[in-house]
Amino acid sequence: MKNAGLMVMPAGFFLVAAALLLFNGSTLRFIFVLCGLAVECMGLAFAVRAHMASRGEN
Amino acid sequence: MDPYTALPLPQSAFVLALCLVLLSPLALAGVALINTGLGRSRSAAQAMLGSLTLIAVATIVFAVIGAMFAYGETGFTFTISGKPWNWIGAGSFALSGFSSGTVQTQLSTLAQFIGVAFAVLIAWGSGADRFRMEAGAAVAAILAALVFPMLAYWVWGTGWLAQLGLNYSLGAGFLDTGGAATIHVLGGLSALAIIWIAGPRRGKFPKEGLSTAMPGHNAVYVLFGCLLALVGWLAWNMAGALMWADLPPTELVVTAIDTILAASGALAATFIVTRIRFGKPDASLCANGWLAGLVTSSACAAIATPFEALLAGLVAGLITPLLVELLELFLSIDDPSGAVSVHAVSGIWGLLAAGFFASQQGQVLAQLVGIAAILGVIFPLVYFLFWLVNLVLPFRADADGERIGMDLHELGGSAYPEFVVHRDDSYR
Repeated sequence: MKNAGLMVMPAGFFLVAAALLLFNGSTLRFIFVLCGLAVECMGLAFAVRAHMASRGEN
Repeated sequence: MDPYTALPLPQSAFVLALCLVLLSPLALAGVALINTGLGRSRSAAQAMLGSLTLIAVATIVFAVIGAMFAYGETGFTFTISGKPWNWIGAGSFALSGFSSGTVQTQLSTLAQFIGVAFAVLIAWGSGADRFRMEAGAAVAAILAALVFPMLAYWVWGTGWLAQLGLNYSLGAGFLDTGGAATIHVLGGLSALAIIWIAGPRRGKFPKEGLSTAMPGHNAVYVLFGCLLALVGWLAWNMAGALMWADLPPTELVVTAIDTILAASGALAATFIVTRIRFGKPDASLCANGWLAGLVTSSACAAIATPFEALLAGLVAGLITPLLVELLELFLSIDDPSGAVSVHAVSGIWGLLAAGFFASQQGQVLAQLVGIAAILGVIFPLVYFLFWLVNLVLPFRADADGERIGMDLHELGGSAYPEFVVHRDDSYR
């Protein structure tokens, strides 16, 4: 589960890279970059959640 | 050829930058002391020797392999829509031909030796009391061989993040004159990867109930480390401003004042927050707040006005103690040195603040792209590489080693042999 969350994070980066390549206008770029960051945060949250589930195992 | 002819810095500025870089290892000394003080007494010698070992390993590996990827006018590039994306440098192996390079390249490489040592030190602190030194050395080798050089090339070299302004009209490109991204966010995220892979200290998170408090063993080390770190940070931020922000020496006083103000503002905010939360100020959290202010200053001291630096520090100091509590109590992240909150989160905040404070159009977007690159590429890469290392060299000491302490387990002797060892009630 943690690995799945971490694999989502590069997908967010690809959105950010796409924003640079596809758009010239600053507003669209900004929105796309924010969406990319949101996807990365989702992946991170997923990984954190998986880590929390293992609480007390040590 | 006179090596100074290729140097944009005047000779006096070069000498000043060299002196400042040579003072900056005091920040490493401070952070090593803080890491040691925040761990348990039975792991203090291992923490300190581990700091030295990791610095040594990182330095050697960076010299042999890492510097090759951190530099090179013509790196590995791919072109998309007519725009070059330089993603890794292609310099010489094992610093060959280094002495015939320009003095600015030499100076920048010297600074990167300090930078890579700093990044591994941050990651090391988060594994206190259970992280094995051999595994720590392997982690240092990976960071120094590939991850740090790649990020340094992106940000400080001619990499794609540095070129965002040129290629995509985003301000002056990604701004990180004091290593907030290359050192602190990288170190903090590496710390998170280590924490996740090694797991929490035994007994830290019982299956039911609140987490067990495991306070640091020496508040004096921690607080003296903060003072030592200030000296190193002042030198580092000013050196960065000269080398990577091209500030003239006459503007360095503002950079120094910004650094002190950011740290002071952060300490004041943390002091007030902990005073309100717990009735009394908390020494270790205040130390974390101070460091968080310094980390924030790494991103924006060369750009911000004194008032802006104070504001950035206040915000860092406000969020740090709350975040330390959130990570420990709610997210089950056992981070004895607070590296994730102090270095990763404050670093990201500082980078964002630098975007707001900079005068160039599009700078906020450039900073966001840089942050996204670190979170979306560097962090998963670091976690995956560490996960592979853990298969070969387990990160975590065995249960008995953790019980008797890392000093006896790994070194065969304790840091304080004449002290009476008290029973540890927190050990369940």
